[in-house]
Amino acid sequence: MARIVVQEAPFDTAAEIARLTAGRTDIGGIGLFLGVVRDTAGGRPIVAMTLEHYPGMTERALGAIAAEAETRWPLLGCTVIHRVGRLMPGDPIVLVATASAHRQAALDACAFLIDWLKTKAPFWKREEFRDGSSAWVAARAEDDAAAARWLTPRRAAAE
Amino acid sequence: MKILYFAWLREKAGTAAEEVEPPAGVRTVADLIAWLSARSPGHAAAFADLATVRCAVNQDFAGPETPIAPGDEVAFFPPVTGG
Repeated sequence: MARIVVQEAPFDTAAEIARLTAGRTDIGGIGLFLGVVRDTAGGRPIVAMTLEHYPGMTERALGAIAAEAETRWPLLGCTVIHRVGRLMPGDPIVLVATASAHRQAALDACAFLIDWLKTKAPFWKREEFRDGSSAWVAARAEDDAAAARWLTPRRAAAE
Repeated sequence: MKILYFAWLREKAGTAAEEVEPPAGVRTVADLIAWLSARSPGHAAAFADLATVRCAVNQDFAGPETPIAPGDEVAFFPPVTGG
């Protein structure tokens, strides 16, 4: 059911929301996370970021994460779009949108999706600095901790 | 067997993809890493610190004990950093 897209091109957030709600009136809220390329890394200015991914496995991993969200929350729609290739500071990089009858399920599912995406989907970032050097981004322990808080399945609707 | 490398593992190994035919004794991901490491100094460098290496077999995350077989697609990469 989830819409999973990995692409180089920009995405249209408004169009994606319209797509989630098109033709239905049972949706009460949409949780949305829009990730944007920040202009610094560890206090150091960056001029660009390049995202590499594992074609095939990426879509499969994102689909599995979305399917997990759908078992945990009563979702009425789910969209995950992740860009790859070279992006500049300020560019939108990832969109997660979750539709449900009520806000708590939509917001929780959205937070879950971005937390798990960061630790379970095969993307790798390389940052370019002003002096021409570049470096692969190291995985962050905080991201592992953020993902780990969702290890115990729960249904927001039952709370 | 198809081997894929991503991010800095690709840079260190010096290739993004290669077809290999490991000997019959190579049965697990750990066996494969040991065998691939002997292929070149670049491969050895890619697998020098296994704490920073992740693996997928046929596009599912795998561990050192995961069995491998001819025809599998085995990928090596650093911990993921998307989002």
